[in-house]
Parts: sequence; structure tokens; C-alpha cells
Amino acid sequence: MTEPTRPFPPGDYPVVVIGSGPGGLQISYSLRKHGIEHAVISEDPSPGGMFRRWPHFQRLLSWTKPYAAAPRGTRAYERYDWNSLLAEESEARALQPGLMDGTSYFPSRPEMEQNLGLFAERAGVAIRYGCEWTGTRRIDDADGGGFALETTDGEYRARVLVVAVGVAQPYTPPGVGMELTHHYAEVRPAETYAGHRVFMVGKQNSGFELANGLLPWARSIVLASPSPAKFSVQTNSLAGVRARYVQPYEDFVLGGGVAVLNAALDRIERTEGGDGTLTVTMRRTDNGDELAVEVDDVISATGFVTPILDLPDIGCSVSGRTRLPLLSSYWESTTLPGVYFAGTIGQAAKGLVKHGVPANSGAVHGARYNARVLARHIAEQRFGTPATRAPVAPGDLVSTIAGELAEAPELWHQRAYLARAFTVDADAGLVDDGVQPLTHFLDEDGPNAVAATLEADGTGAIFPVLYTRLGGEIRERAMVADPLLRYDGTDARREIRAILREAIPDVPAD
Amino acid sequence: MRVMIDRDELIDAISGFGLFADLSAPQLEAIIHIFDERMFAEGETVVHQGLSGSGFFVIVDGEALVEADGRELARLQRGDFFGEVAILLGVPAIADVTATRQMRCLVLPGPQVESFLTSQPKVMYRMLQAQTRRLRAANRSGT
Repeated sequence: MTEPTRPFPPGDYPVVVIGSGPGGLQISYSLRKHGIEHAVISEDPSPGGMFRRWPHFQRLLSWTKPYAAAPRGTRAYERYDWNSLLAEESEARALQPGLMDGTSYFPSRPEMEQNLGLFAERAGVAIRYGCEWTGTRRIDDADGGGFALETTDGEYRARVLVVAVGVAQPYTPPGVGMELTHHYAEVRPAETYAGHRVFMVGKQNSGFELANGLLPWARSIVLASPSPAKFSVQTNSLAGVRARYVQPYEDFVLGGGVAVLNAALDRIERTEGGDGTLTVTMRRTDNGDELAVEVDDVISATGFVTPILDLPDIGCSVSGRTRLPLLSSYWESTTLPGVYFAGTIGQAAKGLVKHGVPANSGAVHGARYNARVLARHIAEQRFGTPATRAPVAPGDLVSTIAGELAEAPELWHQRAYLARAFTVDADAGLVDDGVQPLTHFLDEDGPNAVAATLEADGTGAIFPVLYTRLGGEIRERAMVADPLLRYDGTDARREIRAILREAIPDVPAD
Repeated sequence: MRVMIDRDELIDAISGFGLFADLSAPQLEAIIHIFDERMFAEGETVVHQGLSGSGFFVIVDGEALVEADGRELARLQRGDFFGEVAILLGVPAIADVTATRQMRCLVLPGPQVESFLTSQPKVMYRMLQAQTRRLRAANRSGT
């Protein structure tokens, strides 16, 4: 019935993007800005991806500050707004804060879904909804080959695929009676757990989120996994359970009815004569002692895997329990060239993970910048569209870098992962090479250059690091950390200048 | 190529490593939760000489080349570990480590190594043994 208005009928396209969550929306918008024609298909009926269903308790983990240190809609504001997608047009920028009701700086799930829908509308992202990807095969031809996608609407062919389907397929590890559990994705309305004894397999965010949401309902809650829970306020990074979900832990240490155990599951069985209850037997990882508890429900908060269908069968290496693909610095499969990944799957390109601090690629506020960098890369590498490399006067470099360190959201959100690079080109002189993956800068041989990043070392400090490339040799130069995070003042500029002059002598002495 | 190792296979794999030889099954299971699992592509630089903040790596599968200032120092394989020198001494990485074929590792972030080793003295002892063997080999080769 709606067939005539649906965009992108099956056929040949330069690029096909799969997915209509934040990753699919951002990469489509950014490819369009580079003039790269493409189709976007999605099995969903509307934009939003996983935010159409989750988080369970209807409140996000990622914040948006309606009132921040920078005016709404500016580039600097993006540092304080983790949820809006990126656009050049003012009517499509910073959409999330305008949709929040003021009760929390974590948007509700419906507010996030609305934000993404409004972005698709205002930014003009066209998507063929209700079109499910069902299979893939490689095409080998004289034009460099490509891929054929089977879908419920017919076959698409493209030179380049961008897969943005999220890490969204519920995963329950096999064995030990896990079939008696129900997954995070199958959790019932909270009130149906009223008076229940609940056992949670897993002590990461999803386990603690459910435990937190069930505190007013469950009679008792046990959270168990082999290693101790990590908390973001202890790791000083997003690695670990977020502050919002720590309440069950406080309940545990104060003896309120929650237990947080370090134990390996041995078996889950129906309790003999137990009227449908389950007995969970486990072994403590610290001293090997056996423990058993009788409960009404066992929930597996054991995460999600990547629904990339048959891509592994045609050559895309995947790794580990999450089946994340093995990716290059530019989010391309290292074993199936021409297949790129956007959105939360981009976390598979981990970067340096310096001091154990991960990038934020698994979240919207990291993935949105990765997508913009990826679009530029695809345009340049696959379609011969030269990237703009604006000349920079050597005398302006110190203030340009200081300005970036003060407010560039790409560097603030993707620490030690994305960097702003400036290169001394043999013909053009000093040029702005834009934002790029730091590992690309480090691994690429090239002329003298500098890349500016912000980094964290797990102590809570956030500080700039400049990487200089001089005669092909990389040097890492960390700047002094300022507890107030001001990196464009006189002292910072003096430090930046001294470092820059090592690699780029044209930078004036003062 | 499809590469999947589930939890039990991973525990089996690391139970044969000298570093973890003294650990019980639940302790091995804890190890695979405490460490992150990472995969590196053939040719990928895993550790960059001169850079701070790297981790402690144990090779589960694959091979790596260790080079300092362009000179080959060692080739590492399944069961070997690297990255500990920079962490224990608090210095930047002393060598480049590059995967010479697709490599799967367990990784522990540098800031967690001290608490991990002191909580697992048997692992620390095995690491000391391995380091002592390396020292003896270096002495014999006269370097």
C-alpha cells in the first residue's frame, strides 16, 4: 500500500547502508554531505534502532545537559550533549535538549527515540523501512567487485556496504542450565517480579540496571559473575557499571537484601519439589567454596552479539563472544575489504585503549564522530573524492590546536582515539588533515606532522597529548593536566608551542 | 574465516599456559572475565615503542614479532606474554610488537596489573620464572 513512496527500491547502488539506528542515520547523513549516493535499508518500521525498545527501565545512560558551558547548537555544546546526532544545518543540530522534560539530564527512552526520528526528518535522511537483510554474497567482476544483498524486498548490489545493525542480538551462553533463564531482552514488566527472589547472571551495566529497576519489586536479588564488579567511578572511565546503577551495590554492602557475588556458575536446575523454583549452584572464585540459592527467576544479563548474518561465511572475521568483526583503524573489515561498520559495532576498532581507558565508540557520542570520519574516508578512498585539506599559517597553528583542545567534541569524546592532524605537505605546506583515527596517524609513514588528542590515564585526569612525527619517527608528548581542564590559556599555549617547534620549525618562537 | 572460541574452549586453552598453570577452574574462569579479549589483524601494531599506557598481553592464539629500533628481538607465540616490562617499570613501551598473523590475546590494562599480580601470587611466581629464563637466555647469548 505504501510501496510507491518507499525510497531505494532493490537494484544497483554505489553504497548500501544497513540499519536505521543512530549509526545508520549518522553515516547516511555524512555520506550525503560528501556527495556519495547510497541506499539505506532497515528491517524496522521507524528510526531509532535499539532505542525503540531499550533500555528496559526507559531511561538512558548517556546524558544531555540542556544548560551547559557552551551555547546550544554550537560545536562546543556537543561535548555536553551525548545524544544528538551531527548536522551542519542549525534546524537539525542539538535536537535532544529541546525534547527533554527537565526531570533528568538522562533523556528517557521515548525522548531519545523522538530525537532520532526528528533528526531523520530534519536532516532529510531517507530510509527504506520494513526491508530485512537476509543474506549476502560477493560479486567478483572487472570493476573491482562488490556485494549482493538479499532482502525481503529483493536484491541490492553495491561496491561498498556499511553495516550499522548494532550489537543487538540477545546472547545467552550455552550450558549449565542457562536454558532455564530468561534474557535481559525478555524481561517482563517489573510488577510481575513483585515478591520474587531474582538471580542475575552478570554484573555489568545491564545486570545492575535490572537490579536497580527491580529494587522496589523483588524480595531479594543476587548478582553473580566470576570477577568483581567494576564501577565507572573507580575506573574513571566508561569501563564499568555507571554511577546511576550503583544503588544495588550500596544495598548489598548495607545488608538490605541484595547479594553481589564473585562466583562461577556450576548449574541451574529446577528445585526438587520446589513448585517451579530454580536452584542455582555456583563456586566462589576466591576460595572455591560451593554456594547454592533457591530463586524464582534467573535472568541472564549476559549481553548481546552482533547480528551480521552470513558475513563471517563470506570472509568477515569476527572475534569473541560478541562476534564483533575484526576492523581496521577506519572500521573496515580487515578480511573482507569493502565492508565497513558504523554505529556501535565500530567499538570493534578499539584503538590504543591507553591505560585501559576505552574509546566511546559503543555509545552515540563516540560513534557519531567515527561515522563522520568514516564517510570522509569512504568518499576519498572508494570514490576518489579528494578531502579538503585547508592550508594553515604556521603562525596560527598554536592557537588552532589550543582551540581544538579547549572545545573539539571529537577529541573530548574519543580520547586517545580520534586526533586532529596537521601535516607539512611537500607541495602545499602546512595543511589541516582533519580528524582521523589516532592509530592511523601512528601507523602511517608520512611527512612531518602533529596530531592533537586528549587522553585519560585512569586517575581521573584528562590532559592533551601531542604526537609529533619527525623524520618518520613518532614521539608522544603529554601536556600537564589542569584540574579545571583549561587548555587554551597562556601556559598551555607555551607548552604546545615548544612541542610543535620540534616537528614544525616554521612555527614561530612566540 | 569464522573465528569463535566459547568460554570453555578459552578456559581449556589458557589452562595449558605456564603462566596460569597453578590456577583452579573457577580461578581460570575469573581470569577470562578480568582480562579483556582482543583480536589483532595480521600486520597490526599491538604495542608501539615509545608510547605510554599499553597493557599486559597473553597470546591465546597467533604470533607476534618484537622489535626495538627496527631490530628483531623475539618472536612470540601461543602462551607467551608481553607488555609487562613497561608496566612494572612505569616507562613507555620498550619495543614494537606486531601481529605476524591474526592474533587473539587476553589483555589486562596497565593500572590493573599490580593488584592482579598481588592477588594471584602463583601467577606472579610463574611470571618471575619466565622472566628469569629470559634473563638467563640473554646472558648466554652475551647481550
